Amino acid sequence: MSTFLQQLINGVSLGAIYSLIALGYTMVYGVLKLINFAHGDVYMVGAFMGYYIANGIGARGAQAIGMSTEGALARGLLGGGTLEPSLITALVVMLLAMAICAAIGVIIERLAYRPVRKYSRLTALITAIGVSLLLENGGQVVFGADPKFFPELFKKRNIDLVGGASINSADIIVLIIALVLMVLLQLIVYRTKTGRAMRAVSFNLQSAKLMGINTDRIIAFTFALGSALAAAAGVLVAIRIPRIDPLMGILVGLKAFVAAVLGGIGNIPGAMLGGLLIGITETMVVGYLSPTYKDAVAFAILILILLFRPSGLLGTVAQEKV
Amino acid sequence: MPRYLRNLIIALVILAVLFGLDLLFQGRTISPYFSRILMLSGIAITMAVSLNLINGFTGQFSIGHAGFMAVGAYSSAYFSVNYGVNLVNALGGGKLGWVVALTIATLIGAVVAGIAGLAVGIPSLRLKGDYLAIVTLGFGQIIVVFLNNIEAVGGARGYSGIPIVKSFFWIFLIAILTIVIVYNIVNSGFGRALISIREDELAAEAMGVNTTRYKVMAFVISSAMAGAGGSLLAHFDGYLNPKSFEFIKSFEILIMIILGGLGSIVGSVLGAILLTVLPEALRGFAEYRMVIYSLLLIILMIVRPQGLLGSTAAFKNWRRRYKKANTRPAETKTPESLGEEKPQ
Repeated sequence: MSTFLQQLINGVSLGAIYSLIALGYTMVYGVLKLINFAHGDVYMVGAFMGYYIANGIGARGAQAIGMSTEGALARGLLGGGTLEPSLITALVVMLLAMAICAAIGVIIERLAYRPVRKYSRLTALITAIGVSLLLENGGQVVFGADPKFFPELFKKRNIDLVGGASINSADIIVLIIALVLMVLLQLIVYRTKTGRAMRAVSFNLQSAKLMGINTDRIIAFTFALGSALAAAAGVLVAIRIPRIDPLMGILVGLKAFVAAVLGGIGNIPGAMLGGLLIGITETMVVGYLSPTYKDAVAFAILILILLFRPSGLLGTVAQEKV
Repeated sequence: MPRYLRNLIIALVILAVLFGLDLLFQGRTISPYFSRILMLSGIAITMAVSLNLINGFTGQFSIGHAGFMAVGAYSSAYFSVNYGVNLVNALGGGKLGWVVALTIATLIGAVVAGIAGLAVGIPSLRLKGDYLAIVTLGFGQIIVVFLNNIEAVGGARGYSGIPIVKSFFWIFLIAILTIVIVYNIVNSGFGRALISIREDELAAEAMGVNTTRYKVMAFVISSAMAGAGGSLLAHFDGYLNPKSFEFIKSFEILIMIILGGLGSIVGSVLGAILLTVLPEALRGFAEYRMVIYSLLLIILMIVRPQGLLGSTAAFKNWRRRYKKANTRPAETKTPESLGEEKPQ
């Protein structure tokens, strides 16, 4: 029982992170019908941005942007390694990483995807693979190929639960932040004008254009939103397991994509559900079967789902027009 | 001259040329580095041309090709290690023994990969487009995970001790065989059925083409040839590691055929050679090598989306022109001249 509870807690925490990444895949697929293979690597870049921000860009950087080097936050963030662990620091690191990655997402869309949008979807897919390779190999050059260790952003401790399981404070924070981000995303997509435009574009790009929606801007916004969520996931993962390397995004990205398909690609609540399911099954397999099979499990679920319910759990069946 | 006689002469000439080149390679007149790249290109040609049959000609987007290559590589290697060496010794340990053992190993690789293709193809080819792509990717990844866990073939440590046969003759014989098979398929009734599926699956079905059957057949043939390519790789290095068959390998083969142009055999050959040589040619850039490689890929997709010798774009143009030609019968154009135009 305690194993089950423990694996469930781990699974939900891992699943929340998969969900955050899956949201980016699902939103981009929704508006462009493109499998954005580079998304997992944006998540990696997010983790590295968090690493550099947390380790301090140096006091000079702080002065350059006119920030006082006196305050605890400035010392922690920009003082060159004298990081003061607190929840606020963690949040600021995450928000900065999100902002940088949002910009990177927009740049990728503008430079690589927009020029090939008018060609076949296959061309766009290969371009996405190219961007993915570029981020991985560029990451190895810029960040270095060897793994780095993420600084502790806040003091972690274990909280014992009934039944012998325990929950780490990092897991609680990860869950809360992930939940808040998902609620925010829901609000943006369903309660704002931009969100309505996003939904219109994903429903039908041509008609949305005819209705006077600036589709280019909406697509760029979608990339910014998705990339920011991926960056948040990157920082959150680094808080849970502080080992980061330039190739960390490949498998996680693939699994998050599986999560998006599992929930029904293009469907936002589906991505959240899919991420949780993949996370929980994966930790259950690690706990009860063998850790060596954990990477196969996500794909096995995917294949079963696609064979019996190709549109995913929450997806709607698209009618084929003749 | 009767057709079969002409074909026989062509086959003999090719064999003679290959044999001559093989002697040249054995004589060490060519540097081992160069001959290594050349042979790797040969294996890449086998992989690319076989993938083009399912992706380029049938239009079914599969990105799990490396998985079938792995199945072929491991099964043929298993045969060679456990029975092949004994067989060679039983046949006197000479060249003839190796030819027999290698032929059996390649056939085993092809047949086992073909069976794997059948098992994967029957359920997944009901899906279309992106979903098919994801499922094939998933199957490819599952194959790698299983190979990592099978101790009889070394598991995650890799499979070593496979007899090494670095033969130019053998590698290019299989590559040319693959090209000939795909060429003949594409130019047969079977091939026309496949192309009709690519152009419009619904219309093909309406015309009486059993689309599922043809798709599965193409998939099995493509997988079997990938298995043969895998057996070449197994005996080329004498060592196999599940890591080298991950989806990144599938992407590599996919990039070859898209770069060369989907639905073009010559394009696939060109793409295979280019993508094998390019990373080597970029060695001078040291750690920036792969960065430049990926940048080149993106730029190429932007400036030439149909690939170097692509015909899919030509087909689209051709269809549009066909409509125009019907309204203005005076205008006549050959499909070849239209292929050079950029799609809108």
